Amino acid sequence: MDHKWSMVVDLDRCTGCEACVVACRAENNVPTAGEDEAARGRVIHWIRVERYWEGEFPNPRVRFRPVLCQQCDAAPCEPVCPTYASYHTPEGLNAQIYNRCIGTRYCGNACPYTVRYFNFFNPVWDKPLHLQLNPDVSIRQVGIMEKCTFCVQRIKAAEIQAKAEKRDLIEGEFTTACAQACPPKALVFGDLNDPQSEVSRLNRSNRATKLLEEVGTRPSVTYLERGTWRGEKT
Amino acid sequence: MVMNRDDIARLNEDLLRPLFRTSGRFYWAALILALIVIVALAAWGYQLWAGFGVAGLNRPVYWAFYITNFVFWIGISHAGTLISAILRLANARWRRPVTRCAEVITVFALMIGASFPVIHLGRPWLAFWLFPYPSERRIWPNFRSPLVWDFFAITTYLTGSTTFLLLPIIPDWALVRDKAKGWRRKLYSVLALGWRGTPRQWSRLETAMHIMAVAIIPVAVSVHTIVSWDFAMAPVPMWHSTVFGPYFVAGAIFSGIAALILAMAILRKVLHLEDYLTPLHFDNLGKLLLMMSLFWLYFIVAERLTVWYGNETSEMAVYWPTQRGPFAPLYWTMIGCNFLVPFIILSIKQLRTVAGTVVASSTIVVGMWIERFLIIVPPLERKYLPFAWGTYHPRPVEIIITAGTFAAMALLYLLFVKFVPIISIWELKAGVRQESVVPIPASLLRAPDLIESPSPSGLTRGPAGFSREVS
Repeated sequence: MDHKWSMVVDLDRCTGCEACVVACRAENNVPTAGEDEAARGRVIHWIRVERYWEGEFPNPRVRFRPVLCQQCDAAPCEPVCPTYASYHTPEGLNAQIYNRCIGTRYCGNACPYTVRYFNFFNPVWDKPLHLQLNPDVSIRQVGIMEKCTFCVQRIKAAEIQAKAEKRDLIEGEFTTACAQACPPKALVFGDLNDPQSEVSRLNRSNRATKLLEEVGTRPSVTYLERGTWRGEKT
Repeated sequence: MVMNRDDIARLNEDLLRPLFRTSGRFYWAALILALIVIVALAAWGYQLWAGFGVAGLNRPVYWAFYITNFVFWIGISHAGTLISAILRLANARWRRPVTRCAEVITVFALMIGASFPVIHLGRPWLAFWLFPYPSERRIWPNFRSPLVWDFFAITTYLTGSTTFLLLPIIPDWALVRDKAKGWRRKLYSVLALGWRGTPRQWSRLETAMHIMAVAIIPVAVSVHTIVSWDFAMAPVPMWHSTVFGPYFVAGAIFSGIAALILAMAILRKVLHLEDYLTPLHFDNLGKLLLMMSLFWLYFIVAERLTVWYGNETSEMAVYWPTQRGPFAPLYWTMIGCNFLVPFIILSIKQLRTVAGTVVASSTIVVGMWIERFLIIVPPLERKYLPFAWGTYHPRPVEIIITAGTFAAMALLYLLFVKFVPIISIWELKAGVRQESVVPIPASLLRAPDLIESPSPSGLTRGPAGFSREVS
């Protein structure tokens, strides 16, 4: 059976702790930028927790929204790439093929979610982070784009294991680094083609919405949120 | 009227002088320009060596100065070929001294413009992956990508406009060959491609030029349309617009004419071509410029008004910063440079002089550069999710490289004028010939430098008389 990988982000559970950001950085060998370069907008984080403030002092209220690559079915980043570096896999993942990327950065402009990141310099890690690089994930050189892969290395490892044992993938057998690290379980990863899976169940929730649905990208990430953003009682 | 022997000699002397005599000023100018170009190349080398981060680009502003320069120079390139082709097809007689200095702008501006997509690449050493060649990787370029369309459009335009430039140079190079001695004779013998001025050669040249003049117009229009689609195809607020194709083409012709006027004014002054590039040319091109300025205003109103009236949230986030936010100073400077100043100068006959058109053209070149910057950067700064908004500030590398391109343009032009008569000599002579009492079909004309027989009517007119004929 084909898989359709999907993530559900429950905004009513998210506490904004950013454990997902740290876990992703460790899992996917995301380089550190340093204070100055981060201030210049060169920091890379495949998942970020967006903070939106509502209300005036003394009663401000903050909303958190983890934003990662939405793995769109109609991804604007894919057709614009002149070298097929931004590529749609048969499993519906929006893959970034580093070796093909020549760094036009067109995909980064076309992405409405601004979740594609450019390597402005060769990657560096503050000590001792350089000792904990993940051997399953290639590091990216200067001049190419990178972004969230839905931890494709974990997907592949689980698929290979299942194939070796001549069985189907089991729900909950693996998950992405961000979902694994999320303390309130606001992030759930799974197979949307399996009607019994947790993501399928959550996708049927009446709280389910898509981010920037009006742009027509058909994202694979679903957000759960109660009520409306505006006008809701605090 | 027909030119006599003295006129021919004076024409040849005036127009071939830069090829045979070189002053010290030339070497100084070439040296200074070459130094600026070398500094710019060094800046690019620094960017390659130190990493792309030495430029001011960031997330979300992934395109800025380099792509602005790209669009700007490709726009300038519409000066030449398009204008020259249209004037040729319309058989506008006053075009004759103007065409070549216009066509050469096209070729050089295209070369400079086309270098920017490479300069801006993260890994420029892999730029050849845009070529559709059979590679061991077994993948072709992605033909759905506007950048690949760009590649084909620009290479087609560069090939076409280079041909269009070189074809009418052949008889002039033959003339230089006949007048020159020593190494020049050898060089121009090769360049003249065995031109003898036989009726058959003239007939073929005329046919080829006619085909190129017709073919180059759709190519030129398509090039800047495709450049505009680099933006219009992406779902970015205020990029995703149907007006961009014609808007960019109009802007390109607009800035192209302005660049042409500036080039002509400089040539006129430096090479003492006052008798050839007359106030009439500046007046005519000034009228064209005025029309394009109004066109440009129409397009920007059409774009801005529909966005404002539509009042879509994501677009308004981009719209207001350009009207009265951080980009407003640039925006209103652009309106002044592209519309107010040119409109006032060019619509008043007394001001539409050489100096007047030069002032208007200078502001237009500046204004059109700003226009491209404002098209590219503000939408990228404020794409949909406000948390991911950013700001862009250029850094020295980008500024130096930008300055370097202007020096490169000037340097290429300077060198070109040293090797090619910048005013098409045979076309000038043929123009006079066509005005003669008994019209002779151009295809029957022999090499123009052989047309030295005294006029049948005995009339004598100097080059001054010739320039009056133009008017």
